[in-house]
Amino acid sequence: MTRLTLGLPSKGRLQEATVAWFAERGVTIERLGGGREYAARASGIDGLDVIMLAAGEIPRELGAGRIHLGVTGEDLIRERLAGWEDRVDLATEMGFGHADLVVAVPAWWVDVETLDDLDEVAEAFRGRHGHPLRVATKYHNLTQGFFRHHGVADYRIVDSQGATEAAPKNLSAEAIVDITTTRSTLRANHLRVLADGLILRSQANLCISRVADWSGRAHQRLRDLAARLALKDW
Amino acid sequence: MVDDRFGVTAHEGLDLAEVEHALERLAGLHAEAGYAVVSPTHLFRAELMLDLYGEDIRGRAFLFPGGGGGEELCLRPDFTVPVVLAHAAQGWDRPARYAYQGPVFRRQEPGSTRPVEYLQAGIENLGAADAATADSQVFSLTLKGIAEIGPEAIRVTTGDLGIPFALLEALAMPARRRQRLRRHFWRPARFRGLLDAAVRGPEAPSPRRADLIAALGAPDPVAAVATHAAAAGEITGLRELDELVSRAERLAGAEAEPPMPAEQAELIEAVTEVAGPSGEALSQLRRLTAEAGADITAALDRFEARLDALNRSGVDAEDLSFDAAFGRNLEYYDGFVFEVLAEGRTDLPPLAGGGRFDAMTRQLGAAHAIPAVGAMIRPEAALLARRGAA
Repeated sequence: MTRLTLGLPSKGRLQEATVAWFAERGVTIERLGGGREYAARASGIDGLDVIMLAAGEIPRELGAGRIHLGVTGEDLIRERLAGWEDRVDLATEMGFGHADLVVAVPAWWVDVETLDDLDEVAEAFRGRHGHPLRVATKYHNLTQGFFRHHGVADYRIVDSQGATEAAPKNLSAEAIVDITTTRSTLRANHLRVLADGLILRSQANLCISRVADWSGRAHQRLRDLAARLALKDW
Repeated sequence: MVDDRFGVTAHEGLDLAEVEHALERLAGLHAEAGYAVVSPTHLFRAELMLDLYGEDIRGRAFLFPGGGGGEELCLRPDFTVPVVLAHAAQGWDRPARYAYQGPVFRRQEPGSTRPVEYLQAGIENLGAADAATADSQVFSLTLKGIAEIGPEAIRVTTGDLGIPFALLEALAMPARRRQRLRRHFWRPARFRGLLDAAVRGPEAPSPRRADLIAALGAPDPVAAVATHAAAAGEITGLRELDELVSRAERLAGAEAEPPMPAEQAELIEAVTEVAGPSGEALSQLRRLTAEAGADITAALDRFEARLDALNRSGVDAEDLSFDAAFGRNLEYYDGFVFEVLAEGRTDLPPLAGGGRFDAMTRQLGAAHAIPAVGAMIRPEAALLARRGAA
């Protein structure tokens, strides 16, 4: 490999912040075709190709080694890439794209403040309603891992790809696991985060694939880039 | 993305004819012992597994959408559930002995080299009134199978989940506490945390909880709790207000629960830590519980009856290794449990294992728990172990 490939998020805000982050470090990324074409070019550093990808697809591309570098949220890496530690290095936090992944329940459930409470209520709920307590989320893996770690056993995940906060009111779930920045959407939907319900504090990361082709000049190019970007330990 | 692991099965490095031969020998043993061959389906409704094991099963089995009604299906992770369901289709209340052989499918941790598909050859003994004899027969037949196709040097571990459950039943404690401990027995760290918390006694309630409990003391408690809840947020969702009221009452009750005496927690821990040759373990359990005045005689008599039955079938039961903590990660068992490992082969999974699962038959729809005990052998692992030892 003689050149490196960077996966750049195709979405507006995350892309702008990424471009600005690189610009501050002397690497200019500009979109081609007046911004309408999904293509971009890097200058200020040699041998770096930029391709645009949906932020949600970047973990998969890093994990498969089809891109050397990528910018995406830690939440997506952990959720979507099984065994991610062996495949991807979270090289540096970029200081934007902050989001907390949290467990929230209806605010009126004043008897439920912790995961232990949720577990007890889940048991009673199943007895009363004949089915397990449902948790709406698109973060299936992180939810499962977190609940297992905290000994919450008797629940069912309901897939929710959007407007997850509305699930309890719509009767499609009793609790939710979702990302939140200010928690104001949760409050507006009469939900409350459990006291021990913080699963992950996520933000955008510059990620390096451990399984991409690092032969030839690729590794030297990474060292040059790391020096330019002032990445620690690289 | 194609994952390398999906090319890996337990057949690797084994001659296919050798595997077939081993399966035939096991089939012969099972037939000779009066076990009828069943071939249950590979796929069944995931709902069943989710009800039994919760969401965690998704990490261990292959669940996917694909049922005709849009429901999820599960690729069998073992034979027990499919065999028991096949039995139930003809009526629960009749004794039956089944033998099965075929592949099972297990999701593995990322990076694991364990196979996602491997063979099991096993037996299920349902409805046998004499539990000790049935346990002993299933155990002996399984060891016989290992002797036929597996290595000579094996390590056997046994346990009995009926003992800790009987102890929790026998000890004086608030009903809620007993229920919590039973529920989390399968999660040792959580169980330990519950014991510690019970000994410490109730902690100072949070302000929200204090308000909730105070509301119960109002002249109209239901109205007071409703006001308190409505002030916190719009009352929506499937859970109803009266459910919150009953939980609040339980919480108030828990506040009034006396702390667990430290000796009681110590006894529970001591019993779950008993390990050694079965004969000694039994005496130790009798002594421990008698000293503490906890009557679990019935459960220990069952243990003893099983040892007697094993002795009669030619197993040196007194020396059989017993570990009271064994089986705490195997949620569906509730009595005798056992496992066979190849000595010195930490690279191989258990060659065989099984146990008693009466309670699960109720969860699967039996009107009352029916006696059920079964075990399986992993022929590929057994053959690899034999080859390694040769």
